[in-house]
Amino acid sequence: MRADLLAGPFDGLDEALEAVDAFDRALVAGLLRPQPAGAGPARLADAVVGTPLAARVAEAAAKAAAGAAGEEHFLALAGARTALLGSVHDALLARVEEAAGRSHGTESAPPAAPGAAENVLTAARAWLSDLARCGWQGLDHEVVSGAAEVVTAMLPDPSLRRLATLLDGFAAELAASCPGASAERFPVRRWADLWSRGMLLTVPGAAGAPVTGTADGRLLPLGIDVQEHATAAQAQVHAVFEPADGSASRLVRASVSVPKPDTVVGAGIWQLLRPHMSLLAAAGEGRSMDLTGMPVTAEGDLVWSDEHARTGEPAEAFATARVALPTAVAHVTAPLDRHPARLAVPVFLEGYTASTDDDGVLTFTVAGLELLVDTDRVPAAGPLTPEAVGTSGACIALVRWDAGAFHVQPLAVETTVRRKVTAVHAGAWAGGTTDKAGVRAEKAATDAAKVLSERAGRLLRK
Amino acid sequence: MLSYWERSSTARVIPPARPRKLAKVPFVELADGRLQGVVSSGSDIGRVYVSSVAAGSYAFACSTNNNRPCGGARGSFCNHIGALINESVLQYGADRVVRYLKAEVPEGEVDGAVLASAMRSTRPEADTTKAAASVFSRFLRHLTYLEHAPATMPLPEMQFFPPTRAVA
Repeated sequence: MRADLLAGPFDGLDEALEAVDAFDRALVAGLLRPQPAGAGPARLADAVVGTPLAARVAEAAAKAAAGAAGEEHFLALAGARTALLGSVHDALLARVEEAAGRSHGTESAPPAAPGAAENVLTAARAWLSDLARCGWQGLDHEVVSGAAEVVTAMLPDPSLRRLATLLDGFAAELAASCPGASAERFPVRRWADLWSRGMLLTVPGAAGAPVTGTADGRLLPLGIDVQEHATAAQAQVHAVFEPADGSASRLVRASVSVPKPDTVVGAGIWQLLRPHMSLLAAAGEGRSMDLTGMPVTAEGDLVWSDEHARTGEPAEAFATARVALPTAVAHVTAPLDRHPARLAVPVFLEGYTASTDDDGVLTFTVAGLELLVDTDRVPAAGPLTPEAVGTSGACIALVRWDAGAFHVQPLAVETTVRRKVTAVHAGAWAGGTTDKAGVRAEKAATDAAKVLSERAGRLLRK
Repeated sequence: MLSYWERSSTARVIPPARPRKLAKVPFVELADGRLQGVVSSGSDIGRVYVSSVAAGSYAFACSTNNNRPCGGARGSFCNHIGALINESVLQYGADRVVRYLKAEVPEGEVDGAVLASAMRSTRPEADTTKAAASVFSRFLRHLTYLEHAPATMPLPEMQFFPPTRAVA
């Protein structure tokens, strides 16, 4: 990998982020009152002059400046912020793909199709608008608790899961920071990200990711990425897909997600997800899978169902990373999903120097560039540890970008155990494990789940 | 200039719950200005106690889910409240619980017993706000999270929620 390309600079990046930051600061104080001249909303409007958004955003900024913005205006501002970060995403992605020597398909993702208006979407937008008016400093339990009803109404409907899961995680963070008036600081960019994203997902149809085809061929897993908040979890398998028709192999993902009680953690998450995607076990065991007619989106997301997959031959992830990954073609990102936090580009790294500073922060020096290693993202319910990453000689990682810099998230490493090179995978326990610590974690999780379902069986009105 | 944490899209705001045994206290939360939760009855499998301690005043309450007052909670913390405090420390870590309750604890290692006795020594009064019904319904809502089926449509929003190895 030509890591030196990741060092930057990136034309226009600082200017785009300055406009974003200015708007994000306005959300700290809230948009209920008139804004000072040149405040956040106006900066956003300036940044999108000359784009199709210009007129709507200028109007929204003017209303916000007068302290008279309504829901449509908040939506326009969220759209402008999303468009700016979309451009940042594009610039960063182009650079990572250049560094990794990867090309992506020319097929573009279809724009979101308009969907039916739903009352819950209206309710969600009203709640988010209330948040924008009161600002993070004005947070109290009353305004935050408005999310619970919306989330409860949306969770049972899988087509509303994206917004429900987002709002649920967001509201929990807001509740933990109440009252806003006495908080010392706020996660300014993060909450503005979650707010804008939530706003856009209240547009009917915005959350749709249509299936555009089917996949037939061999799937070679690279590794598993886990994401979670207190009441939801998602596992994503990154893999190389070799089509049966002999066309170019492609980078794909397969995801499985579930809402969960906050006391289901660690191995308990694998237990919830495991029965719904045989790929987790295959990836954990280092096997390929043969796909027949598996639905796939334009973004390269396999919409998994076990009936379209069959466990195949052993396929060692590091062999896949060395041989198949370099020539695999990436997919494009759906227009609304373009955000720097969405970047997760699988790469194979070797020949780096790993070093840990006094604060325990690990860096890989790759081709002269120091890349921060985000070991915090390695799930605790797995055999991969920060120590193993620090003594590794090769690594399958996701390149990500956050807070102004690229970093890498290890999915698996090769490290020397008793003079033998051994592969250690972050997601090795996804399908179950015989590892001693793993078995203990599984047992504890099984017991916790048993208690909760017993209580639910007895106490929930049927 | 904003700090790294303020500029991060994936800043960790709430540490995940620590694993604990749920048999005795299936539900604990720091919410609505209280440490509150549900404690299983030791004698009757169909009965649970709804217990709470208010932040700041430590005003306490304990009753069954059918609204019968707990006999042990006349005058001071009953065993159910004691168990609730213990399990909250296991789930959230002592620091977070102490901070939320605005408790004044002696220096050194704090466990559930130390925290309970620190609050008890201020002679808190019984809580008259009758929150049991709302706590119990929050518990039921919590249990419904077990009943949603997993889905395999991707949730791109979860990219904003990376895991963390840090514990509460």
